[in-house]
Formats: sequence, C-alpha cells, structure tokens
Amino acid sequence: MAIISLHQVSKRYPGGFEALKAVSFSVEAGEMLFLTGHSGAGKTTLLKLIAAIERANGGTVLVNGLNVSSMRSTAIPYLRRNLGLVFQGQKLLYDRSVFDNVMLPLVVTGQPYREAARRARAALDKVGLLARERANPVTLSGGEQQRLCVARAVVNRPAILLADEPTASLDAAYADEIMEMFSAFNQVGVTVLVATHDQQLIGRYRKRLLMLDHGKLQ
Amino acid sequence: MRAWFLHHRLSLAQTAARLAKSPFATALNVIAIGVALALPFGVYCLLANLQALSHKVSLEPQLTVFLARDATKADVAAVESRLKAARGVRAVRFIPREVALTDLGRSGGMNEIIASLPQNPLPDAYVVTLSQSDPVSADKLELEFKSLPRVTHVQADLAWVKRLDALLRLGRTGVAMLAGLLGMALVAVTFNTIRLQILTQRDEIELCRLIGATHAYIRRPFFYLGSLLGLLGGLAALGIVVGALVYLNRDLSAVAQLYGSDLRLSLPTPQEMGVVLAAAAALGWLGAHLSVSRHLLEGER
Repeated sequence: MAIISLHQVSKRYPGGFEALKAVSFSVEAGEMLFLTGHSGAGKTTLLKLIAAIERANGGTVLVNGLNVSSMRSTAIPYLRRNLGLVFQGQKLLYDRSVFDNVMLPLVVTGQPYREAARRARAALDKVGLLARERANPVTLSGGEQQRLCVARAVVNRPAILLADEPTASLDAAYADEIMEMFSAFNQVGVTVLVATHDQQLIGRYRKRLLMLDHGKLQ
Repeated sequence: MRAWFLHHRLSLAQTAARLAKSPFATALNVIAIGVALALPFGVYCLLANLQALSHKVSLEPQLTVFLARDATKADVAAVESRLKAARGVRAVRFIPREVALTDLGRSGGMNEIIASLPQNPLPDAYVVTLSQSDPVSADKLELEFKSLPRVTHVQADLAWVKRLDALLRLGRTGVAMLAGLLGMALVAVTFNTIRLQILTQRDEIELCRLIGATHAYIRRPFFYLGSLLGLLGGLAALGIVVGALVYLNRDLSAVAQLYGSDLRLSLPTPQEMGVVLAAAAALGWLGAHLSVSRHLLEGER
C-alpha cells in the first residue's frame, strides 16, 4: 500500500518561480528511497509538501491516505506526529540538555513522563549519545549534533522518516554512520525518504532513486 | 485528559521559571503594571472613604423650620402638629425665640449687643430630625414644610452633603475613565512583553510546530505569561494602595486627634481586592491574546 502518493503536484512560489512541475510518484510503506537532483531542483520543496510545511498549488499529496494539500491547519500537528523530520537548519535548542531536546516531541504530544524518558533514552542509545544525555548540545560535534537530530526525529516512532541532506555538513565517516542508522530504521519497518546530492552515498545503497531536474521528475 | 492537565501544569511552571530567570525585567514590568493599576484603584479607595464619611455625617439630616415673628401660640401649635404628623420625621424639637436669644448670647459672646436691642429679633423655630438621609425625600419635606401657614423659612442642613455627593459622582466618573485608560496601558505592556518573548522563542516555536505541537500547545504558555504578569501587577497595585493608606492613616490619626475625632481611612475590602486581581489577570490575558494572535499567526497555515 502506498504510504506517500503525489499526483500531478506543482508548486509555484510568490514571484513566479516554479519549484515543482507536475510531479507524480508513490512510496510503498516500509520502502527506503533517495531523492536527488542538482541544488535548486526542488528536493527540499518536495519534502516540505509532504510534511505540510508548504502547500501545493496544484495536484494532490496523500500521506497515510490523508490529503495534505487540503488539510485543515488544525489537523496538521497530528499528521506531523507520524513523521520524523531531519531537516537542514533544523535547530537544536541550546537552552536545555541533550536529553531534554529528545524529550521535546514526547512532551509536545503529552506522553507520561516516565514512559517518555524511557523512550528518549532508548533513542539516544540508538544514536550512541546516551552517555552525553546531560550535556548541552552546543558541546557536541557536528556529527553528534546531526545524530541528536535523528534521535529527536525517531523518538516518537514515526511511520515515515523524511531527511533533507542529512549528511551535507559531515565528513565521510559520520555520513556513513547516519546512513547506517536510517537503513536500520528502515529494516524495522519505517518508511525512509532521503534527499541528497551525494552520489557516492546513493551508489552504496541499492535503493530506488527519484531524480528531480528543474522541478520535474526524470 | 491527564496529558492536558499535565501540560497546563508544565506550562505554568515553565512560565513562572521564565519570569524568575530574568528578575529585573520582570520586576520592571510588574512595577509598570502595578503603578498603572494603583492610580485608579487608589483614587477609588479615597472616594469610597469620602462617601462613607459623607454618609456618617448626614446620618441625622435636619431641617430647621423658622416661623413668622408674629406667630401666635395657636399658630405654633398648629405647625408643630403638622410637623409631627409628616411622614419621614423622627423627632421634632421646639426652640422658643427667648431660648434662641439667650443661646446666641451665650455662644456668640454678643450679650451687650443683644441687651441693647429694643426687642427679640429671633423667631420661634423647630428643629426637625428626619428618619431618612437621602436628599430626595429631604427635598420633598423641605417643600412641604415651606408651604405650612406662618412658616417663613426652612433651612436644610443637607446642601453640602448634596454638593459632596455630586462631587463624588464626578470623581467616580473620573476614576472610571482613568481605569479605562490605564487598563489599556496594562494591555499594551503585556502585548509588548509577549511579543518579545515570542521573538526570543522563535526557534523553539518553529521546532514545536514541526514535531506536531498543536496551536493551543504553542499559545498556552504565552497566555499564562500574560495572566501571570497581570496578576503580579495587580498584587503590586494592592501593595502600593494598602501601603499608601496605612501610611496616610498614621498622619491622619494625629490630625484627627487634634480635632477629637477617630477619623480613619478604611482599607479596601477583600472583594474589592479580588476584583482588582481578577481584572488585572484578565487584562494581562487580553494583552497576551492580542499579541499571540498578531505574532504567532504568521507561522500558522
């Protein structure tokens, strides 16, 4: 069953720039795939449409069977609770500890504290940061910060993980680490969609590839 | 439901912690709100005291009814019976003209002048004590007594009470206007404070949206912040007003002692304090609501 399905989706930004032109594809539940293309091809825009951060000007975006493009704004938070987002420039909060950063998605959705804390520690353990739970994120290295973002994205056990250039600012070793994590999540049934222009990375994992070129799917 | 309560508690705790984290800015805000509220509330308290005073003084309103100098014994008796029969009269005291003259001589020290007069210039008079102190019924009785035969003049001791009443009404209107204006100031102060808070928490708000926080979840802490600021400002206003009244009372008691009276300003009642606190919190909430609608909406779609 398709968990994400786009049909003839277009997105035009104010000013006339067409970021996406009649894009159609679907993603099966439990699939892992890459989204690639040159810088400015529309990768980020596509992910934003799926997460309802932007709205399409035409076509339909179905996520979990719900039409995101016509969703009421009050329903969007509940859609996002099923999504794990690892976006570029998505900030960690430096006024609280590593642990509290991972707790945030659970606090926001009103999980009981004890259960939430257990899950936060489990997520930190998975990304290898459990020993640093009391640290301030500002003291973490770039790779560790990115891993913390991943822990925060998966702590809610989302059905879908969307990652936008998750390895962009990392050296090769760290990048591999992150991709291994995504692959591991995918093996336990999470649908993973990774936008990247790193051809080496794509070559190493034999997954389906969506290629965007000037807003059009090749 | 439990999660909802939990989050409310959490929001409140976080808001309080946030206020405590920047004590100087919080104190300045609270003082600004407190002073803005203390002004109308203080004037209101003074007016309430003046009004209580005017009621105490006019508790026994009196009318003095002067008869014509050539009134006969029979005329006097007729007037007396009419006065006693009138509705709303509690007591009638007769002051014969001879007694009035000796009283005047005794109290005014004008014995020599009085002795030199060829005849007593004073008329017989009645002092009528009314059972009710409201100016309207007193006016009615005054008119009624004026129309009695052989009555030349009726003197009401109520004129100054009426004047005071009118002044108090004016004062109350002034207080209402002042309260309205300074209430707006309170709303403005919280509006701006919340705006700054939203700006400093911009990243956190944006992140919370991305991880599935509802609009209500994001707004809630700011509503608490506004209401809490208002409430603290209200407490500051109460402190200022009560402190000022207690301080004034110390000086006033010295003055009152000289005049042999026990004049004291009474403090606001618990109900009045409750109303001030509730109004302050409500205005703070309003300021927060305006600010949140204005500054958070842009990110919501």
